[in-house]
Amino acid sequence: MNPATPAIELREVSKHYAGSPPVIALDRVSVQIGHGEMVAVVGQSGSGKSTMLHVMGTLDQPTSGSVLIEGIDTSALPDDRLAAIRGRRVGFVFQRFFLLAGIPIIDNVANGLLYTGASRPERRTAAQAVLERVGLSERMWHRPNELSGGETQRVAISRALVHEPAFVLADEPTGNLDSASSASIMDLFHSLHAEGRTIVIVTHNEAIAAALPRQLQILDGRLERDIRIDASR
Amino acid sequence: MTFEPAQPAHGTPVSAIAPSRLRLSEVIRVGLGSLAARKLRSVLSALGIAIGIASLVSVLGLSDSSKSALLDQIGALGTNLLTVEAGSGFGAGDAALPSTAVATVGRVATVEATAAVYSVGVGVYRNDLVPEDRTGGISVFATDPGLMGTLNGSVAHGAFITEATRAHPVAVVGAVAAERLGIRDLDTPVELYLGGRWVEVLGVLEPFALAADLDRAVLIGDRAAETYYNIELAPTVVYVRVDEDHIDATRDVLAGTIDPENPEEVEISRPSDLLEARSAAESSFTGLFLGLGAVALLVGGIGVANVMVIGVIERRGEIGLRRAIGATRAHIRRQFLTEALTLASLGGAVGVLMGVSVTYVYATMQGWRVIIPTVALAGGLAASVVIGAIAGLYPAIRAAKVSPTEALRSD
Repeated sequence: MNPATPAIELREVSKHYAGSPPVIALDRVSVQIGHGEMVAVVGQSGSGKSTMLHVMGTLDQPTSGSVLIEGIDTSALPDDRLAAIRGRRVGFVFQRFFLLAGIPIIDNVANGLLYTGASRPERRTAAQAVLERVGLSERMWHRPNELSGGETQRVAISRALVHEPAFVLADEPTGNLDSASSASIMDLFHSLHAEGRTIVIVTHNEAIAAALPRQLQILDGRLERDIRIDASR
Repeated sequence: MTFEPAQPAHGTPVSAIAPSRLRLSEVIRVGLGSLAARKLRSVLSALGIAIGIASLVSVLGLSDSSKSALLDQIGALGTNLLTVEAGSGFGAGDAALPSTAVATVGRVATVEATAAVYSVGVGVYRNDLVPEDRTGGISVFATDPGLMGTLNGSVAHGAFITEATRAHPVAVVGAVAAERLGIRDLDTPVELYLGGRWVEVLGVLEPFALAADLDRAVLIGDRAAETYYNIELAPTVVYVRVDEDHIDATRDVLAGTIDPENPEEVEISRPSDLLEARSAAESSFTGLFLGLGAVALLVGGIGVANVMVIGVIERRGEIGLRRAIGATRAHIRRQFLTEALTLASLGGAVGVLMGVSVTYVYATMQGWRVIIPTVALAGGLAASVVIGAIAGLYPAIRAAKVSPTEALRSD
């Protein structure tokens, strides 16, 4: 692989949803995100931020245009290859945490490896390591409903990290959290960035966005502005 | 300028990733986990299947058990008994068979044994004070010692008429007649007032399965009947045991053999036909109940499908998340199909157990041998799996089509 190849590249990506009138969620967006970058995607509600994040992570396919991950055009890949990219290279974090209520924290995190074919002991060992790193090893055997909002999001992030993804794509990860929890979650993302991971965070919180080195501003499905802040500040 | 390439920091590059996979054991674990998270709903929908399967298994089990009880009875009695009576047609009146009937029938090569009863035409009473018209519906027949052997009868108390007692004024009482006459046992000697003469009771009989008329009769020896009641021995009924392999052929020639001049006045019947008719009648009910069981199973299957469809709608978030952590559409489809199959097979297994218990308890209460046909066990389980597959297919396909982005979006 050519090292100059962008981690994620969107080429003229459009996404339309059928209906009357049809919804244009993304309108010919082209953008490149390099390895190890930390990027905020900002814009109003319904501007297409989430769709852009999902398309970047192969969770959704564009109506037209192409998505390249590490130089590989994903539009030609079958479902099981796309699923494998999500399962091994991408870690998704969502505003609603989507933990399974019936199983303990450690298994919720271990589920991040479920579709890689790893055995249950392997998955649990990896989950335990991640939970220790985010400071939740004491809570390993608790159920999701026994945790605070901030802790729950840490568990969800742990699940996204358990397979050591190169990309972490987060959709409003602090949307349901108070400011103290938000701050600690953002610290966690910054430390992941420091480890060399590529991080994309969708947010409508301007303060959070302003703290990141790059901002993509989306308006009505179009990339309106691409702002880079001097990394040496 | 030196360009510092941003290397991918972690994991295998995209170009070298192996496809997503989920171990079979995990498919089952994931399915079971999802069902366990919704216990009440899972139990209720499995119960629908269980009831359907239980009714199918118990209908098949009970039908086979009762049929086997009937067949055992028929087998023990033998299907090769024919009864020969004088026809009750026009002008037949009090017809009796020719007095030579027993002898001529006995000469037919395929006849194994014969015995006859002769109507004595008197009443029988507990004592000489009972008015003559209160016969209690009990008839008096004369017979020979061979009757018990021919009819496979057995004695409850005392003994049957023997060569030694056939010429003496002694009697043997049928099961129903004994009850009507108030004879429980023969621990103290019992005498009956029979046709103006006291006779001693030698024995009480068990019911005859193939000759119920004799249960309501008092039997005396044929020699005694001639001596003490002065009757001519023209048989009322001749019981004939025939070679199993030539029953129909023998039946065809009997009438002509007994009364060559008027064969139409001889009536021949086969008592085991009645039992077989009863067995056939029960089989037709079995068909009806099987139909009802199948309807119950269908309703159970619809219940499972319904629960699964609701599950797909409720669990869109979970489906989206699974797609995000690497599940393919096929994985999602498999998971939901596994859940439906598990529900249905659990229901089926419980249903088979319930059906077997019902059969066991009821058959034991009825005194039948308990028979659970293998086809009911295997069929019950197979039917539940098939129902589960059908019920799970549509919800599974629907679950696989859920758009992850719509399930997961926050704005």
